[in-house]
Amino acid sequence: MSPDLAPGTNPVNDHLSPQAPPEARSEARSDVHQGPSADGEPSVTLSVWRGDLGGGAFVDYRMPAIEGEVVLDVVHRVQAGPAPDLACRWNCKAGKCGSCSAEVNGKPRLMCMTRMDQLPQGEPVVVAPLRTFPVIRDLVTDVSFNYAMARQLPPFAPRPPGPDGIYRMMQIDVERGQEFRKCIECFMCQDVCHVIRDHEENKGSYAGPRMFIRYMELESHPLDTNDRRELIRRRTGLSLCNITKCCTEVCPEGIHITDNAIIPLKERVVDSSYDPVAWLGRKILRRTKRSAVEAAADAPAFKSPTREDR
Amino acid sequence: MPDHETHDFDVVIIGAGGAGLRAAIETKERGLRTALVCKSLLGKAHTVMAEGGAAAAMGNVWPEDNWQVHFRDTMRGGKLLNNWRMAQLHAQESPERIYELERWGALFDRTSDGRILQRDFGGHRYARLAHVGDRTGLEMIRTLQQQAVALGVEVFMECKVLRLLKDADGRASAAVGYWRPSGDFVTFNAKAFVIATGGIGKSWLFTTNSWECTGDGGAIAAWAGADMLDMEFVQFHPTCMVWPMTARGILVTEGVRGDGGALRNAEGRRFMFDYIPPMFASETANTEEEADRWYDDHTNNRRPPDLLPRDEVARSINSEVKAGRGSPHGGVFLDIATRRSPEYIRRRLPSMYHQFKELAGLDITTDPMEVAPFQHYMMGGIWVEADTGATTVPGLFAAGEAAAGMHGANRLGGNSLSDLLVFGRRAGMAASDFAEGRPGTPAVGEVEVDQICKAALEPFGRDGGESPYDVHRNLQETMQQLVGLIRTETELVQALAELDKLDERSQNMSVTGTPAYNPGWNLATDLPAMLTVSRLVTRAAMERRESRGGQTRDDYPNADPELGKVNLVQHIRPDGTYEVEQVPLPPMPAELAALLEEEPK
Repeated sequence: MSPDLAPGTNPVNDHLSPQAPPEARSEARSDVHQGPSADGEPSVTLSVWRGDLGGGAFVDYRMPAIEGEVVLDVVHRVQAGPAPDLACRWNCKAGKCGSCSAEVNGKPRLMCMTRMDQLPQGEPVVVAPLRTFPVIRDLVTDVSFNYAMARQLPPFAPRPPGPDGIYRMMQIDVERGQEFRKCIECFMCQDVCHVIRDHEENKGSYAGPRMFIRYMELESHPLDTNDRRELIRRRTGLSLCNITKCCTEVCPEGIHITDNAIIPLKERVVDSSYDPVAWLGRKILRRTKRSAVEAAADAPAFKSPTREDR
Repeated sequence: MPDHETHDFDVVIIGAGGAGLRAAIETKERGLRTALVCKSLLGKAHTVMAEGGAAAAMGNVWPEDNWQVHFRDTMRGGKLLNNWRMAQLHAQESPERIYELERWGALFDRTSDGRILQRDFGGHRYARLAHVGDRTGLEMIRTLQQQAVALGVEVFMECKVLRLLKDADGRASAAVGYWRPSGDFVTFNAKAFVIATGGIGKSWLFTTNSWECTGDGGAIAAWAGADMLDMEFVQFHPTCMVWPMTARGILVTEGVRGDGGALRNAEGRRFMFDYIPPMFASETANTEEEADRWYDDHTNNRRPPDLLPRDEVARSINSEVKAGRGSPHGGVFLDIATRRSPEYIRRRLPSMYHQFKELAGLDITTDPMEVAPFQHYMMGGIWVEADTGATTVPGLFAAGEAAAGMHGANRLGGNSLSDLLVFGRRAGMAASDFAEGRPGTPAVGEVEVDQICKAALEPFGRDGGESPYDVHRNLQETMQQLVGLIRTETELVQALAELDKLDERSQNMSVTGTPAYNPGWNLATDLPAMLTVSRLVTRAAMERRESRGGQTRDDYPNADPELGKVNLVQHIRPDGTYEVEQVPLPPMPAELAALLEEEPK
């Protein structure tokens, strides 16, 4: 006896996707409608990019419409029916892990949080892989760029705790950092950033919005002692960003990437480089933060290459 | 045949959720060559979905709290079947593990005097959960991930382990798996292994678990001869979304109730007052007035029954629905809208607000949620030694949800996140000791490795066989309908017969395409683990003829005092048959037993 049965409903059967005819299970490579559909039943059509680095094309899958579905649900039904080898990443299906990013009707979206009934009705929903990253297969891209950038970051280096061994931080002081730590690493901000979206050559020297909020998080961390400003200036390509706010617009967590991270970060970097008063102050006053050179020495960058670097 | 690569490490950790990452940090800090192998991208493991918080008796909100009270709550929540030593270590060490996260950069919510804030959860006498809004798991996994990266732990992402092999002396020596992006095979030779693969939820139709939770770790350990413990105890989280159908099973944090939310039936009645069990009567409020006062004054009032342990709440919801007093879509109502201000709700429960708004078109600051119990957590798993996480296979360690013992018959909310930290670290320490003490280079037979790879590829060469999606769907229906929250002998027998058929069908699966990023094939390689674990659960559920914690038997509705003295241990014999054994609980020291007797003040 299962716990979920209300009188008059049978969730198991309500939820079942129709069986695909055997001929529909063959590998999909052509631009045809393949999904099962009963005449007169409301249906949806997903137009999914299928292929790999060698090339690919959009393939249409027409499926019966089901109330309340998100794009990822339909992708799953396509996998269980006409295209069992359709590659797609996902984990939580609740907007918390950032795995299922794709370009839906041309815009980066989490497929698990994009309801079918909120997309234009009566036309195919176009689903493509994130364009900024090399495709592996179908909707799956090689996002190792982001992990490589994360490894270049000088780690968090906290000041010593109070005499009782415990840190005290006020809520108001942790809230800025908490905003950035909401990041679920869906990498849609990286995908939409034209500095790398349209210029592959910038990837070697541009950390991107995801890493800018990480740098700003550490800059604003009440306990951190590393000064990363010189490093940010020289190595992250921050100056390439011209504040078009595309990243902020796509952030599913509503993080104010441009206003709260990139712009303050640009100001800090400029201050540290060109402000003579700040320079004099650093000469006279006791330093509270470690220098950029010291911080850079801690950086694990460019060593211990791992699988993702290949 | 795809390519095959081989790596040599001191310690290989399978699974990169909280426990795996914490273990990897430990072994890497010890200077050991460490590999962290995970099925998804780093940072996407199921830990990321944890919401409410990590339980640790820091006493920041209620100075009366201490490890003894936490120990007592944990043992009573687990219906006293917990391994007492694990519950003790967990209660004692959790605060230090939380402070350690803070030293690695975590930013928890704060008290007014700047310490880590703690929130109320079911079964905990005091507000005890360190948290960040309702996204604590994200904070935890990100902190651990960043620390592991800073230490230079080598991560093998999107890599699935198929089997674990032993050397001639019976020590765990190699893990064989494949890269999901390429389909190429990979063998990890190592001196010690830590299994931290998490849960088993994907064998049920409705679960809070992600696709990864297929019980791989338990299965590869059991196939390697490890003892499995308490497999009958599966947790059904009382509050999961029920509507829309496609969102059914998405978790609604217990924090909603901890922060003031109340459960109501279709008549608007707070039905939980009708279901207070004798074991918790002395510490549970029996009027709405007392329950509501408790939120501001824990000392002079008792806890609302909405915050009874999860097994109790799940059963109560099920009874209300069965009695015809459920909500329109087959759950009950969870109401915080009439009890807290919209600002408070949005600040304390931002992702719940977002989740219902986006997926159900429902504003939880004005309307009640509809919730019901669905599969959430596995109390049972691989038998481990309390202090070290050592399994019965030399060189093999386990931690986190994949391991068993800590939570007994039922886990309290919040105890999982601190479990990952405490026992992830301990497994890392013990695996390091083992690796350092093991001379030579581990070696396994090439023939065995080849057989595993060939077997994994068989579905490609088979035409007209079963679709792995169909086999999986039928397994999920079987477990959902026959091995759910409420169980009976007849249904369990039927489930075993169904599992036999599914086993047979799984031998005859076909997949199309190539091994490179092929979800159909990936599912085909996950299914053997799911089937083994489902069988272990079903057999244990048959053997425990009583109702206790996560095991509710309609045909044996009461607890049996004799069965309260034993754990069930299972073992797969070399010939593939299963053995179930009743093993007496380890004797508890008198001073700890005395803590359980003490009545709350």
